[in-house]
Amino acid sequence: MSQAPHLLSSAQMARFVARGFLRFDAVVPDDINAQFMAEAGEVAEPKPGERLMKTYGQALAANAIPEVSAGTPLSQTYPEGSAISRLLDLPLVRGALQSLLGDDPVFDHHFLHITFPPAYHAASGGESVSQHTHQDSTIDPRQAFDVQVMYYPHKVTRPMGGTRFIPGTHLRKVSEVALGRYQNIRGQQHMVCEAGTLLFLHHGIWHGGGVNLSDRTRYMFKIRMHASGSQVRRWDVEPIEPRAPQRPIFYVKTPSDPESVAAILMTPEPWFEQDTGRLEFVNRVKLWRYLSGDPSFDADYWMTRLEAEGAPA
Amino acid sequence: MTRQKVLVLYLANSALDAPTIAWAVYDGTGEKLHMAGDSEEVPYATGLAALKDGWRLFQASQLNPHARGEEFDIAYLKYEFWFEQLVEVTP
Repeated sequence: MSQAPHLLSSAQMARFVARGFLRFDAVVPDDINAQFMAEAGEVAEPKPGERLMKTYGQALAANAIPEVSAGTPLSQTYPEGSAISRLLDLPLVRGALQSLLGDDPVFDHHFLHITFPPAYHAASGGESVSQHTHQDSTIDPRQAFDVQVMYYPHKVTRPMGGTRFIPGTHLRKVSEVALGRYQNIRGQQHMVCEAGTLLFLHHGIWHGGGVNLSDRTRYMFKIRMHASGSQVRRWDVEPIEPRAPQRPIFYVKTPSDPESVAAILMTPEPWFEQDTGRLEFVNRVKLWRYLSGDPSFDADYWMTRLEAEGAPA
Repeated sequence: MTRQKVLVLYLANSALDAPTIAWAVYDGTGEKLHMAGDSEEVPYATGLAALKDGWRLFQASQLNPHARGEEFDIAYLKYEFWFEQLVEVTP
């Protein structure tokens, strides 16, 4: 029988709202990682003159990961006992997904990302390059959000590249790879991690695959899913009751609790522009209002100031 | 013959001496292939620092008013500055 899900705390939810990701290192047991690698299968050795996409296509066709229709209930997506089914049944994973998406998430798509070492590119006449930074799917003006789970089934070293992502970019409304010219952004992170690491991403976060300069093929499995119902207050909400009063701003003598929702939401990223960084704060407050179901929530008075109306004349 | 090297800096506000928050380099000499995620250190702390090192500014992003109703929509980085160097190369 499955254990109860480990729901996220208010501080974890606030971090997801502020930064667009939650990272859990080495939380998937080794036996599931080994099972997944067996199900993903081996990639053929590089052959001179053979197109890399052909090698990739053969690897995808031969593995044991199922082809699944978009819109399938997540609970019906993977065969019972398969590595991903077991992963989705982990209390941490069920708790995170329930906290972020509510009950009964719906499968959108999945993909086995394989990043090849230089020998494969040399054999096919190509170059080893990283993927341009992008936001997945297309322009998405919703307040609701999808979640993408990225699963790293084996250890990833820095020479192997790893997924690159830029914390806090998820609330920007951009058009897929239109932002590809941004090669490096202050605060960018690279997924160098142990086997069994999971990344839960807001669908809007800017990211890209890092170039693999090692001699080992790199695997990452991604699952995108969306809510089937309300996303309001699905986490362990008790610690946010009652709502904290507004804290002093600008002229501050006493540091506030760094684990408070307000402090987390008001923490800037290194890449913030000086003016639009304030718009990021406003948009974080709006997303917290959406998730908490509290239309009057505010942090550091950003929304209260904007919503203040003078007395009627 | 000459080839162009291009440096793109994204600054924290519209002033050329504002801090760099993002960057890209494209090397038309072919000496080095720059790519996404290849550097953690800003090449120049500000746009002005790039000028002092000999880069020529040839484009800066405009300051546009905010459309009513879209004041809080944020998308691409706003303060983009394009620089070049012309480099002699041996054929």
